[in-house]
Amino acid sequence: MEKFIVHKGVVAPLDRSNVDTDAIIPKQYLKSISRTGFGPTLFDDWRYVKAGEPGMDHSKREKRDDFVLNQPAYKNSSILLARENFGCGSSREHAVWALEDFGFRAVIAPSYADIFFNNSFKNGLLPIVLKEQEVDDLFKAVAENEGYELTVDLENQKVITPDNKEYTFDVDEFRKYCLLNGLDDIGLTLQHADEIRDYETRRQEQAPWLFA
Amino acid sequence: MAGKTLYDKLWDAHVVRVEDDGTALLYIDRHLVHEVTSPQAFEGLRLAGRDIWRKESIVAVPDHNVPTTTADRGNGTAGISDPIAKIQIETLNDNCDEFKLNEFHMDDIRQGIVHVIGPEQGATLPGMTVVCGDSHTSTHGAFGALAHGIGTSEVEHVMATNCLIQKKMKNMLISVDGKVGAGVTAKDIVLAIIGEIGTAGGTGYAIEFAGEAIQDLSMEGRMTVCNMAIEGGARAGMIAVDDTTIEYVKGRPYAPSDETWEKAVAAWQDLKSDSDAEFDAEIHIDAATIQPQVTWGTSPEMVLAIDANVPDPADESDPVKSKGIADALVYMGLEAGQPINEIKIDKAFIGSCTNSRIEDMREAAAIAKGNKVADNVKLAMVVPGSGLVKKQAEEEGLDQIFIDAGFEWREPGCSMCLAMNADRLEPQERCASTSNRNFEGRQGQAGRTHLLSPAMAAAAAIHGHFIDVRSIDVRTEGEA
Ligand code: SF4
Repeated sequence: MEKFIVHKGVVAPLDRSNVDTDAIIPKQYLKSISRTGFGPTLFDDWRYVKAGEPGMDHSKREKRDDFVLNQPAYKNSSILLARENFGCGSSREHAVWALEDFGFRAVIAPSYADIFFNNSFKNGLLPIVLKEQEVDDLFKAVAENEGYELTVDLENQKVITPDNKEYTFDVDEFRKYCLLNGLDDIGLTLQHADEIRDYETRRQEQAPWLFA
Repeated sequence: MAGKTLYDKLWDAHVVRVEDDGTALLYIDRHLVHEVTSPQAFEGLRLAGRDIWRKESIVAVPDHNVPTTTADRGNGTAGISDPIAKIQIETLNDNCDEFKLNEFHMDDIRQGIVHVIGPEQGATLPGMTVVCGDSHTSTHGAFGALAHGIGTSEVEHVMATNCLIQKKMKNMLISVDGKVGAGVTAKDIVLAIIGEIGTAGGTGYAIEFAGEAIQDLSMEGRMTVCNMAIEGGARAGMIAVDDTTIEYVKGRPYAPSDETWEKAVAAWQDLKSDSDAEFDAEIHIDAATIQPQVTWGTSPEMVLAIDANVPDPADESDPVKSKGIADALVYMGLEAGQPINEIKIDKAFIGSCTNSRIEDMREAAAIAKGNKVADNVKLAMVVPGSGLVKKQAEEEGLDQIFIDAGFEWREPGCSMCLAMNADRLEPQERCASTSNRNFEGRQGQAGRTHLLSPAMAAAAAIHGHFIDVRSIDVRTEGEA
């Protein structure tokens, strides 16, 4: 996993609440057996005029000019600004892979759906929760300043604006540690392999039917 | 000290270790695997040179991508016409062979939607932790189990360690008090709950569903309710164990037998919240007020009783919500104030992990019997949840009732719930669907989904528009 320490980038505003994972990456692309290559089809139904299929040359498809990521100012954005309950719906991690493959390193929203939130951390995408009012302020700032950039400092848990205004955010200690160090969960868990085995032995005595 | 909730008990029984900040290693008893969210996990294991921690804990099945027409189902995967879907299913087969896992192949009668076959096989048992790379894993909570969806990184983590890294969720109790009226089903109950709490109402919580109306439900009905906990934002929904649970589990292939059965049943008696348990949030709903429900918008919380009218964005004072309503009406092609029971449909879909079990088949067949699908309905399809559900329905003659009425009777799979295979809506087509998500594009790009119960979907197919099942004379009363 790529480390996340400090990131500075252009903010793309997606002014909708309840953005679901079907919208982030439509199901036809879930047929892929790979983890990469989902960027061109991120928000596919909103980005293109006609429905796409896997295997197409997406650069040749007709785009919807009014969709934020199609506007030249946001082509290279790496921080997504969104509204409440972002990432609701299915557990598909493809949603996170698609955001990352497009180039996003962080999302800022007032709230997220649980599974999406969790999946993000596992892939080095930082989901930042700011207060509704703060998110509102950022939407205004983005609308007023072309190419608006923010700096995300994970170590100090701060989002910093170009005029040095700071917003602090909470992040779970363990998740922060993993992100800062780019650590793989599985390796960490396997350090406790003996404890897992002890648990299994105990449990098997009490409830053998769970191990049949 | 207050007693424990069911969730507390399930959690405590599975904690392997806890860090100071509350992050725990939670042991997973059952891992269900399907073709869409697993290939990258297997690939990850291979790249790291890791094996599966406990192979017997895994049951794998292809369901999302499998074709549902008999023509495409012959010949194993060779019959699948979509080459990419075919690769994904073959990849699952190869991975299960390589890692020596138990898989129900596409042509096995036990194949079906992962959330239907787990319980059907007794692979889901009370007191278990159950995970699957699919958000509707909450379904299995109906058995007094802690069950929730996980992402692909976690699928790989569970494969490699049989554990998940987790923090404890909060406890929410949703009690549906009293009895529901005639014609009101489990689906109506859960849609009404989501209408009440909203799609993010359960975020961060594990929900326990309780109350007389929930206890009165069969296991099929309980699974329908828990299935949609995730649509209310809660990763896990659960229901306490009682005789209905134990009766259902008894004799299933993966269930314990003989002495172990006795021991298990004794242990399962405790799988309920203590009477003095405290919940972080409690919601009470009067069952008698629940009417048959139909969603009108693009989120499951956009739901109303059948006799209501489509809302008007002008009546909503919150500007964000008002815009949400306006956007949904445009997408759905509806007018503010339109009566729901006048909305005409183009297609009907009875199936999905929410409503494809035998009881759902019976409920829909009772409405279809002796009737014909309306002329304006281009396609009405019934997709049983598993090969075994299909077989049982055929033994009961339900397939013939559907076929005579003009419904298509299909092979088991996810089908038009998410339209990964050929079953999908064309742009602007309107569908009465027993599935669980009415998101934009869910059943096909620009398709319009209305969620409702199997009986209501069958009634809409017969009448060509939404209609209150309670106003229909069911000819099969007393039968099937
Ligand atoms: S039936 Fe639908 S919701 Fe259920 S597992 Fe399949 S795709 Fe997911």
